[in-house]
Amino acid sequence: MAIQVRIPTILRTYTDGERVVEGSGSTVTELIDQLEADHAGIKERLIENGEARRFVNIYVNDEDIRFTGNLDTTVADGDTVVILPAVAGGARSSS
Amino acid sequence: MLTIDQATHDAIIAHARRDHPDEACGIVAGPIGSDVPARLVPMLNAAMSPTFYEFDSADLLQLYRDMDDRDEEPVVIYHSHTATEAYPSRTDVNLAGEPGAHYVLVSTRDGAHESGPVDFRSYRIVDGEVAEEEVRVVEGYADDTADEESTQQKAEH
Repeated sequence: MAIQVRIPTILRTYTDGERVVEGSGSTVTELIDQLEADHAGIKERLIENGEARRFVNIYVNDEDIRFTGNLDTTVADGDTVVILPAVAGGARSSS
Repeated sequence: MLTIDQATHDAIIAHARRDHPDEACGIVAGPIGSDVPARLVPMLNAAMSPTFYEFDSADLLQLYRDMDDRDEEPVVIYHSHTATEAYPSRTDVNLAGEPGAHYVLVSTRDGAHESGPVDFRSYRIVDGEVAEEEVRVVEGYADDTADEESTQQKAEH
């Protein structure tokens, strides 16, 4: 068993086009570090200054990690993690 | 080029007018690889702002799950600008996360939220580069195909 991680289209350049990859770890931080080991460059797209990026959503078993402890959210074999870029924008000039 | 049916085109404009002065947002899903915007999904603007839009995080997950179940992808991602032109802002470009989608912008400025023509423009946004594209509005996708076939037949004869 492993942790199933769903990769959005825009990040599949790091996973050779794979939509789902397997990972491991006991927290989201560890999971992302392990993803980085297999798919170099992906971590920088998920984390900024030690925090999950504002406009990337990460869900563990359908729960947005913002509500479950952010990067410290625990994960375990058999869990499903979904990564989705926020769909956002607007006329406001800063982001 | 974006090819979109009249009913979906009009529904996007109606949504933009309805939510004015806040920005309206949503997607049109279609079968993966088809480039056909077939299923309009108006989304709630969780930011409820005249200058920003964002899909609610739980809504976003549900939306992508539904598309997965139907073998769909986001063919069009649309939103409105309510006081500026229908052109991607720097924010729009920085946050564009679907390189395969047509980004549609509708402007409801200058009273266009009530009546009259509304700017309806489409763009590709890939790696921070914006490219405007032609928008072709068709009566329906089936008719459109028939028209193209008849044109082709004429050309052959």
